[in-house]
Order: sequence, then structure tokens, then C-alpha cells
Amino acid sequence: MSRYTVAVLVRNQFGVLNRVTSMFRRRQFNISALTVSETETSELSRITVVFGGEEIAKQQLINQLYKLPDVCSIKEFSEDNSVSCELLLIKMKNEASSREDIRNAADAFGAVTVDYSKDYITFRLADSSRKIDDFINLLREYTILEICRTGSVSLEKGSTTIRQIINL
Amino acid sequence: MLLSGSDILVKTLIEQGCETVFGYPGGQFLNVYDSLYKYQNEINHVLTAHEQGAAHAADGYARTTGKVGVVISTSGPGATNLVTGIATAYLDSVPMVAICGNVPTTQIGTDSFQEIDITGVTLPITKHNYFVSDVADLADTIREAFRLAKSGRPGSVLIDVPKDVQIAKCEYEAEAPVECDEPFAAKEVRIKEAAEIVNSAKRPFIYFGGGVITSNAQEEVLALAEKIDAPIGCSLMGLSAIPTDHPRFLGMQGMHGHYASSMSMHNADVILSLGVRFNDRVTGNRTKFATGAKIVHIDVDGSELNKTVNSVCGLRGDVKLTLQKLLPLLNEGTKHDWMAKVDSFRKEEETYLDHREGLTPRRAILTLNKHLGENTAVCTDVGQHQMWSAQNLSFRTPRRFLSSGGLGTMGFGFGAAIGAACGTKERSVLVTGDGSFGMNLNELATAVRYNIPVVILIMNNGVLGMVRQWQTLFYNKHYSNTVLECKTDFTAFAKSFGADGEAVASPEELDMALSRAFETEGPYVIDCSIDKDEFVLPMLPPGGSMDDIIVKLEVEE
Repeated sequence: MSRYTVAVLVRNQFGVLNRVTSMFRRRQFNISALTVSETETSELSRITVVFGGEEIAKQQLINQLYKLPDVCSIKEFSEDNSVSCELLLIKMKNEASSREDIRNAADAFGAVTVDYSKDYITFRLADSSRKIDDFINLLREYTILEICRTGSVSLEKGSTTIRQIINL
Repeated sequence: MLLSGSDILVKTLIEQGCETVFGYPGGQFLNVYDSLYKYQNEINHVLTAHEQGAAHAADGYARTTGKVGVVISTSGPGATNLVTGIATAYLDSVPMVAICGNVPTTQIGTDSFQEIDITGVTLPITKHNYFVSDVADLADTIREAFRLAKSGRPGSVLIDVPKDVQIAKCEYEAEAPVECDEPFAAKEVRIKEAAEIVNSAKRPFIYFGGGVITSNAQEEVLALAEKIDAPIGCSLMGLSAIPTDHPRFLGMQGMHGHYASSMSMHNADVILSLGVRFNDRVTGNRTKFATGAKIVHIDVDGSELNKTVNSVCGLRGDVKLTLQKLLPLLNEGTKHDWMAKVDSFRKEEETYLDHREGLTPRRAILTLNKHLGENTAVCTDVGQHQMWSAQNLSFRTPRRFLSSGGLGTMGFGFGAAIGAACGTKERSVLVTGDGSFGMNLNELATAVRYNIPVVILIMNNGVLGMVRQWQTLFYNKHYSNTVLECKTDFTAFAKSFGADGEAVASPEELDMALSRAFETEGPYVIDCSIDKDEFVLPMLPPGGSMDDIIVKLEVEE
């Protein structure tokens, strides 16, 4: 099983996310992460799908996406041709015994402290999904109170854009 | 000109070439019905007994004419009653636009009386659907729905129109009917690949489905078969594209397909698949399906390629245009050994044919064949009678066999037959079973109201025959809830609805009854007795392969 990242440009219309996710559900695609937001133009939204499965399932997912009239363009990303980033917020129990270790781990990963009290500490980390996985795994030794991550967003390297595929 | 939303709705339908809509009125659609009253000289409305019947009628109209079928209904239960019809059309790739009313936009989301989230309900069974919240968008939404319904792989599209949008006024100007998206052939490079594979074939088999009818590619299919010397088989949805008596045509393939067709496909080294989707009823056990064959697959819907079976060459494109480009690249050749083998399958098939005396299912359909005109549309419901029809009807004209292939909708046939008669402006035939007929027999009221000539042949065996067949074979003859034990007198039923009919118990009686039916102006019901233990054969057991095919049953006493 491989991991694929697919960016989908859709018409920014009411219910479009529901159309996309409903298709994933009924065809039983296993989605690991999904993000959606407006783009440089208000007419279009961009959905980034991270998906685990076989190559043939990925092709089927792309084919099925193309059948949705609201889908304007699809681009598949590999690690080589794209930059990706995900945002993590993680809240830790702040105990005297582990405080030093936790701070050191955060410094090593470049995580920023965004909230702090004597009982808890919250970090923010923006990095690749893999780095975020590593950071979380490191912190599992201590007491994690809450985790929230956004799912990965990706852009192609170089000057080409997803809109050029369809000449929008 | 300044018009109300409901006027715009009806005017846009007229503008798009819609001559007949099927439907049923109700509270949240009163304005549209008022506009239909206003424009009754320009558009025809067929009132059915139930919204489901209207949806199937729009479907039957679309299947026979190739035009977009239109069905309308009110909100809530009216809309949910359309659902089976919309799904049936969607799975068989039939162009259909369903339009329903809804509560005013100010009440949406409050669980008002007869409010239902129909765009949510129909999301997985439409190509696309729309909730129109502004009257300014209404005409263009309908136009886009028509374009989507008939473009590429056709399908159903739904439009939800709240009552206040029907009332609101807006400028309207008529436009020309929308064109389909331009059909396109597959990529050159793929066509060349396909040509190489087909040219290397020693035992080619052409397998086509509903996509050939949609793209009107029957001539190309025949030219292809002649050129490479190949036999032709098809799926249920492909039936009627090629005349039954064509020497290269082996008939339907699959679970209840013709023996020679299924065997030829199983023994082929290249299967050229045209506008098909390799449904499980066709392949049986996919791991054992045509293991010795390379599959070349042409379909307008790219997502069908490699969906259920792997092809060595997948071509996304219109079947007709792609075949036109493929044909010149193919070598002419005769394949004596292969065609001799195909002939031997045919001869073997003949030995399995049912020649028993009396009113057997096969004899009933063969008797019906004698009465069918070139242009008569035959519709079926779902079950044994459907397979007997598919196996034994003689087809002459494309778009004249209507059956629910994908969804397998019992109750499809009567609505479809009404729609087919409206579409062809000729008498249509419904072959049904007593089980299926029971589902939507209320539409006899519709046929009588409009004096629609439909010959209804009920193959009445008092049981749910197909389910019973499975119970006999795979469930130890536990006939759980498949014995109907109805005391329905279908002749009296027909008469009570204002139609005519009779019961028959022999081939001769059936023949005479059909003669009377084909001379009757309105609907005519023939209650044709069939033994409850008749089987549909051959049969490929579910999940089985061609090695497991059942061609004859040893009768156990």
C-alpha cells in the first residue's frame, strides 16, 4: 500500500465537499487526510486528499473524481515534484518531571509554544506530515492531552499551477 | 420577457425540445402545474398513478427515443417516490432529468410539511443534482441539466425547485436546445496499441453493451466483426443493437446468457469490449473470468476501465468514433478454426434448447415474437420472465428492448412500456411476471386514461420464480416467502380498471389472445399460466465460472 497526495480544484459551490466525500464513502476509498479551502479566486476551492491504497485504486479515485461536474482539475503529487505542509496543535500535561524533556523535543522540531500554564503546554508545529508523526511519537512518552492536525496541503514545485492544466 | 419561475421552468423544457413530461402534482409544485395548464398546447403532461411509474415512463421514453426523459413531482413523498426510477436510469445510463418542488427557501432545513433533502437523497444516484435558490439561475440550470444528462455517458440529473423560486419573477429569453459535449475518440496511441492486440488475435470475440446503443455504433460493430472474422456477444443492456438473426451474433452472455456466447467469450484470446462495464452478472467469479484472454476495453467513461476486470488496453472514448479510427488499422483475416469452434458451441447450444410441448416459457416468448412489428418496443420487469425474454425475443431494431439491467428493478416495466408507447407513438409490449406486475400494476389506470396501447403479457407462475430458482438450487428448497398464493383474477382486474384482458393456458390460446391484444386500441392484459418450477437456463451459479455452468437440470421427483 502506498500513500498518494491528490489536489483537486473544484467549483466553490454549496455542498461541493459533500459531493466529493460522499463519492469517497460510497466507493469505500480510504482517505487518510482531507483539507479544503478557498483559493486565489473565490470561484474555486482546493481540496487536498491524502489517500492510502494500491495504484489501481488511486487511478479509480482520480477517474471517479473527474466524473463529478464540480471538479475542474486534478493533480497528483509525488514527494519529488511538490512541497507539502501540515499544521499540528498538541496540548501536553506540564509536569515538573517532564517539562525539560518536552521543551527540548519542541526545540529540536522547531515547534512553537502557543499556550502555557503550570498545568499544561500547547505547541504548534508546521511541517511535513512525516515530521509531525515523528514529533507526536516522541511526545507519546509523556502525557498528551489533545491533538489536532489539519491534514497536508501541497503545491507543485516550480512555476506551473493546477489551473494551467485546464487553462482557467 | 418577465415570467414567473414556474413559467420559466415549463418554457425552458419546451425550448429544450421536451414534448412530453411524466409526473404527478402536489402542494409544492402547484405553480408548475398551473404553468403546464397555461402552455398545454406546447407541452404534453402524462399523469401517472404513482411518481415511480412516472419516473420509469420518462426512462422508457428516453430509452426508445434517445432524447432526455423528463419527470416532475412535488416535494417530500413525491420526490422520494422518484428515487427508484432515478436510480434505475442512472445505473443503465439513461438520460433523464427529474424536477421536483420543495418548500420555500425560507422554510428549508426546518423539517416543514413535505420537506425532504432530495438533493442529499439522490446524491449517489445522479450524475449531478441542483438546488435552485434563485429564479435567475433556473433556466440555465435546466439547460445545464439537459446537457449533462445526455453528454458522455448519459444518466439522471435532478433539479430541486423551492416554491418561492417558482413564484418569483425573472427575465426569460428562449435559447436553442443545448448540444451534448462533443464526443471524442480515444487517443491515437491507445488505438494503435489496441489494433496490434486485435491483429495478433487468433480467437477474437466482440463483446458489447449499452454503450453501443448510446453511441449508435452498431454498424461499426458489424464491420469490425466482418473484418477480423469474429463472433459477437453482448450484455443484457446491449440487446436489440444487433438483429438476433445476424449470423455472427451469439446473443447475450453472462449468468443466464446463451451457451455459445458465454463459451466463445470464455475461450477467446482477445475480447474486444465495447461500452460495457463487466458487471458481476457478466463475469461470475472474476478471478476465473476469461483467464486466457487479453481484454481491450473501449468506454466513454474512463472510470469503467480497470474497474472490475483488468484490461491490457483501455481506451477512453466514444465507441463509434473510436471504432471508426480503429477499423482501418485492423488486418482482414479469416479464422476458420476459431469460427468452426464457435459453430460447435452453437450446435451444442441447440441440443440444450427447450422443445417441450405446451405453454413453456420459451414457447410463450416465441409466440409473442410472431406478433411483434419491426418497431415494437418490448419492456420487461425483473426476474425469470426477463431472462426468458432476453434469451428468446427476436430483436430487429435498436432501442426496442427495455429492461432494468443494472438496478434490476421489479416494477420497472409498466411505466417503461407507457413511456415507450409515448416515445415511439406505437403499441408497446410489457412482458412481466405476477410478482413484478404486482409492484406497479396501478399504472393500468394511466394506460386506460390515455388509451395507451400496451400489450401486457403476465407470465403467471404464482411464485417469485427467480428467487425460488435460487432457493431450489442453493437454499435446500426452503421456499421462504416466494409462494405468492394470490387469488388475483387478472382478467377481472383489467376489466375493473376499464381495460380488457383474458387468461390463457396453451400456446394456441396465447397466440389468439395476442392477436386480439395487438388489435385493441388501449391496454390489454394476458394472464399466461406458466409452471412454477420452470427454470432459467443456462445458469452460471453466482461466483462461479464457465466450468460450473448449468445447462440442463435433472428433474428430481
